[in-house]
Amino acid sequence: MSNPTDLRYTASHEWIRVEADGTLTIGITDHAQEALGDVVFLELPEAGRVVAKEEAIAVIESVKAASDIYAPVAGEIIAANDAAVDAPESVNADAYAAWLFKIKPANAADVDTLLDAAGYEATLG
Amino acid sequence: MAQQTPLYATHVAAGARMVDFAGWDMPVNYGSQIEEHHAVRRDAGMFDVSHMLALDLEGAGAKAFLRGLVANDVARLSEPGKALYSCMLNAQGGVIDDLIIYYLSDTSYRIVVNAGTADKDVAWMQARLAASGLVATLAVRRDLAMIAVQGPNARSKTWAALPGSEAASAGLKVFQAAAWGDVFIARTGYTGEDGFELTLPVDQAASTWAALVAAGVKPCGLGARDTLRLEAGMALYGNDMDDSVSPLDAGLAWTVDFKDESRDFVGKAALVANGASKQVLGLVLEDKGILRSHQQVFTAAGEGETTSGTFSPTLEKSIALARLPLGVAAGDAVEVDIRGKRLKARVVKPPFARNGKAMI
Repeated sequence: MSNPTDLRYTASHEWIRVEADGTLTIGITDHAQEALGDVVFLELPEAGRVVAKEEAIAVIESVKAASDIYAPVAGEIIAANDAAVDAPESVNADAYAAWLFKIKPANAADVDTLLDAAGYEATLG
Repeated sequence: MAQQTPLYATHVAAGARMVDFAGWDMPVNYGSQIEEHHAVRRDAGMFDVSHMLALDLEGAGAKAFLRGLVANDVARLSEPGKALYSCMLNAQGGVIDDLIIYYLSDTSYRIVVNAGTADKDVAWMQARLAASGLVATLAVRRDLAMIAVQGPNARSKTWAALPGSEAASAGLKVFQAAAWGDVFIARTGYTGEDGFELTLPVDQAASTWAALVAAGVKPCGLGARDTLRLEAGMALYGNDMDDSVSPLDAGLAWTVDFKDESRDFVGKAALVANGASKQVLGLVLEDKGILRSHQQVFTAAGEGETTSGTFSPTLEKSIALARLPLGVAAGDAVEVDIRGKRLKARVVKPPFARNGKAMI
């Protein structure tokens, strides 16, 4: 699956959608779900938590292993996707539909530091 | 650079996700690991286990040598093809490796050892053999590939894939093997299901694999192999025991044979002197999360440690094998530290699942 060009990315395999109101919706990339294998557990941050850029704020566990998910920018968590927690396999089914949490960035300009689709693909070698 | 089995190109062509395992480039999964797991519990799946090493020990001193080398007693074996699971110990009673020994005759045995320990095992065996003064030769059989076909329909699908093999293998009891031409067919496995482990010349591996696929056997990776063996309560070398752990502390006392008091084996004195100080039991996580290896366990009798943990596709819960204080019993409530949080778990007696069914 190709990575949607309307999203931003991190080298640690998160995707970020910039919403019309400036908030960010975050998930993990298709490459990441493929590498993890069958996802069976998600631990997501609670709304209201203030997070730093690149802070490990969520955990995704596949049958094989546990991996951290990082905040792509500093800000405040405004929502977590309970539906994904209840159905972790939705991340494997469509990694770009199964969002994990939403952040209100502390500084809107921080989004410009994130990778675009071509930049992310370059990190995959 | 990692070593490749004779089936490497087959795995890559099938889209397998390849990972390094004990220095070998092995398939961890082809698609969904959970589907591969269920295929073995419900139908038939197969694993390339050619990274494991077959050794042939032959000579007048073979039996006496093995009786001194490993903790189980090969004198139990008298029926051709019968297999014995054993630990090979160091002088301190730690497990150098766990292995399977097939009896062919009093002067001929086949031994199958783990991939990650193979070089260490061969060096140890050769040194012991030289020191023993016994007459036997140990041959390393990297000319052989191994395919494990496992599941309730594994035997019938193997017979469909390999015409003529049924006559040679239909009468095999569990833990028994027979030769069928160049193929050594053993009714053994590491999944808690019925099935065969086929040892065959490397140049027949790809065609045999293809015939098994055509007969409806699903290729499965090492990921599913791990969840299957854990559900079956089977130990994994390097996780559940290693050369610093005694088999008596690793849930493997049943593989240590003290019956013949006149028999000495490497590590016996240490086992007798130290006895068992821990036990291995299963855990089922009651809170949400996934148990992994080396997590701390808090019990009323003291602290313990998980040695293997995963998500169980059969139970749809997280399970673990844990090395626990002797006072703990099945049914006890314990806590496990997962990323700094203490989560509730229940102690159970393994296996968790076998022969297609949940056991707890």
